[in-house]
Amino acid sequence: MSATAKPIANTRSVTGIPTARLITWWVIASEIVIFGGLLTAYIMHRLGHPEWAASAAHTNTWAGAINTFVLLTSSLCAVLAHKAADAQDGPRAARLLRLTALGGVIFLAIKGFEWTTDIREGFVISSGGFWSYYYTLAGLHGLHVLAGAVIMLIVAADAAKNRELQRVECIGLYWHFVDIVWIFLFPLLYIAR
Amino acid sequence: MTNESHVHHPNYVKIWAVLVALLVISVAGSLSSMRAVVLVAAFGVAIVKAYLVAKNFMHVTVEKRWVPYLLVAMIAFVVILFAGVAPDVMRHSGLHWSNDAAKQAVETGMKAATKHE
Amino acid sequence: MSEQMQHAGHEQAGQDHAEPGFFLKYCWSTDHKIIAMQYLFTGMLMAVIGGFLAYVFRMQLGFPNHSVPGFGLVTPGRYNAVVTMHGTIMIFWVAMPVLIAAFGNFLIPLMIGCDDMAFPRINRLSYQIFLLSAIVLLVSFAVKGGAFGGAWTAYPPLSSNGAYNLTPLGAVLWLLAVALEFVAFLLGGINFTVTVMNSRAPGMKMFDIPILIWMIVLATVIFMASAGPLIAGAVMLLFDQTLATGFYDPQRGGDPLLWQHLFWFFGHPEVYVVLLPAMGIVAEIIAVFARKKLFGYKSMLYSTWGVGILSFVVWAHHQFVAGIDPRMANVFTVTTLLISIPVAELVFLYIATLYGGSIRLDTPMLWALGFMAEFLIGGVTGIFLGSSGTDIYLHDTYFLVAHFHYTFVPIAIISVFAGITFWFPKMFGRMMNETLGKIHFWGTVIPFNVIFIPLFITGAAGDQRRIYSYAQFAEQSRPALQHLRTTSTIALLVMLAFQLIFIFNFFWSMWNGKRAGDNPWRSTTLEWTVPSPPPHGNFAELPTVYRGPYEYGLPGRADDYWPQNAPN
Repeated sequence: MSATAKPIANTRSVTGIPTARLITWWVIASEIVIFGGLLTAYIMHRLGHPEWAASAAHTNTWAGAINTFVLLTSSLCAVLAHKAADAQDGPRAARLLRLTALGGVIFLAIKGFEWTTDIREGFVISSGGFWSYYYTLAGLHGLHVLAGAVIMLIVAADAAKNRELQRVECIGLYWHFVDIVWIFLFPLLYIAR
Repeated sequence: MTNESHVHHPNYVKIWAVLVALLVISVAGSLSSMRAVVLVAAFGVAIVKAYLVAKNFMHVTVEKRWVPYLLVAMIAFVVILFAGVAPDVMRHSGLHWSNDAAKQAVETGMKAATKHE
Repeated sequence: MSEQMQHAGHEQAGQDHAEPGFFLKYCWSTDHKIIAMQYLFTGMLMAVIGGFLAYVFRMQLGFPNHSVPGFGLVTPGRYNAVVTMHGTIMIFWVAMPVLIAAFGNFLIPLMIGCDDMAFPRINRLSYQIFLLSAIVLLVSFAVKGGAFGGAWTAYPPLSSNGAYNLTPLGAVLWLLAVALEFVAFLLGGINFTVTVMNSRAPGMKMFDIPILIWMIVLATVIFMASAGPLIAGAVMLLFDQTLATGFYDPQRGGDPLLWQHLFWFFGHPEVYVVLLPAMGIVAEIIAVFARKKLFGYKSMLYSTWGVGILSFVVWAHHQFVAGIDPRMANVFTVTTLLISIPVAELVFLYIATLYGGSIRLDTPMLWALGFMAEFLIGGVTGIFLGSSGTDIYLHDTYFLVAHFHYTFVPIAIISVFAGITFWFPKMFGRMMNETLGKIHFWGTVIPFNVIFIPLFITGAAGDQRRIYSYAQFAEQSRPALQHLRTTSTIALLVMLAFQLIFIFNFFWSMWNGKRAGDNPWRSTTLEWTVPSPPPHGNFAELPTVYRGPYEYGLPGRADDYWPQNAPN
């Protein structure tokens, strides 16, 4: 068996879920506890420290809102790519995936702008409890966006040639999960006061 | 591996429009001066949005039953973590103990915040 | 012999490609068996290092302030580092890779009847990240300040502030190494779970899966669900160390208790993560050597599920003296005592399996019985520590140290020896020497008890752990206690010396042992239906499963066992 040939183990599907999608669900499950642990720590401290609201008031709600819009829209592209892949239209799926990755890049660019402004105003990661969590949470999430965008481009390159189309749905699932995390981060970091 | 669809594809653009409308609601809610309105608009809407994405984009509801169970179990573990840790970390005093450092941090922080305003 | 010829023919059929070179075959392979060997040998190497560290600090405790041969004088700082690294290495770089990764990799595809893991390249990546983590950890011995000296639990502020632990670089490297190791096991563990769920042989239903495979999968799921919060916590600790944040600093709005909670939310399930595969290995072995169907397969499974779920609600019993709310201590005492029920249930089921069996006392069986006996002591002494009242006195004494070594040594050492001696014929195609194996068994188990029974006594007499020298404490520097410590140290030296016999037996048998047939133990599970060692792709023809894995001692059949893949 060469390195690229798939073992029979990979093609079996006792649960009725294809192996690729099954492992994606497990990855998402493991991500839930990672983000869950960090969010739990943040929420507990936030509730115990009302003075953090003053710091939270400095965050740019509009940047957060625009970023939510960007991620929601990129999620739409991801799910449309899945639909295209189901219709065996690899090139269309690839185009939509690249659009999704572009959404990720725009998200990171806005994030970069936002952080630059924060840091210019003197709010760095060590400026206090709220800021530590703000940068850590958003940073961990941003890392997931970056990784997702890179993987998405790799999947798109294959999909354009109508290869490995089942991966389109899997990377989409991951992307929607990252989207959901942001859906909760947005009110937690930007709105709650 | 088959690429035949295991899901019925709904009108995704319509769902996206609903999500964006919900986003507008939560941002509009944040402009309110009433704390309750802000929080409901923010977190209530977030839960609805998350549900819509999970249901329509991730197709959790048409997946094999144990997949949503698995995801819910993971969330349950996080809730257990919260329940076990919050009495010590979120609260600053309890039965025969008090966290003076945290209380002091709250006090000085609140003082600084009111002075700032 | 004819059987072997036949399999040689199959092997030929499997080789439709050129033989890869040494590097590709042993270092870049995606074959689950090669990856299992990589994990096994890395784990064994780390065990040697961990054992050496134990030797260093036991020598300091047994013969204080003498230069330790092979190490030099143990200064207080070096003592901290040595103790920390011993704990870290033994749990994360010995128990985990050997019990879960090595046995899991080797046995999962063979026991469920498929050709490889579902994702072989993720599997390879998992090992490579694991190797990197081991290298990072070992490099930390050489950096300025030396290896991390803040205890394997890494409580802040000791771990977060270089001015306290005096090993600022070692602390960062330690954290990075642990984080990398977690990534490796998340990748590997998710792969295991998916493989067992999706890639089982046709006919193998949920209750036809060998109990060991169930236990490995449940262990990886527990690991996956509990490690997340600690990964988050580790990122926060890393930022505290390097970016001057105050997540765990009460002066700046943080809370050191948070780390303890996040650590033990992982740390206690981790005990069961390594316990379950060990229990699984023992279950496989006692069924084979008692020639009897495993008693209560389903009860065993449900107990294991119970252990898995309960393991998530007991963690704060490690923190009874840390300043947690006493009302929470009540809750965690109750849950802790509750979890002993399903674990005891498992042991009862093992004993019931032995009852009335025709027991053969080969080396693997000796180890399996040894596991049950020693683990029992570990479990029973845990009752005192799980009760918040007695724990206040016994906490962080050598009583605790002895207790958890009575659980971890059976898990990480005894059951691993059981597993290695049992599957060695399948791994390398040859039998290990029985006589040497039995000498090694008694030479390990007897000194093991002599090491730790005195420590129960010194602990009850008030010896706190992580103390470099008791000379400053009038009560503890009494000769009576010092004799006990010295006894323990000498027993350790004896135990370490007997390990040389194992190492000799292992490598000698690899080339010179008696050739093992396909099924030397006359076992029913699928891994014994393929040649030893199994060829690439495992099965010449992928098997179909017709029945459960423990059909032994059947009166109506010519053989007393009925392989899972035999149609009739």
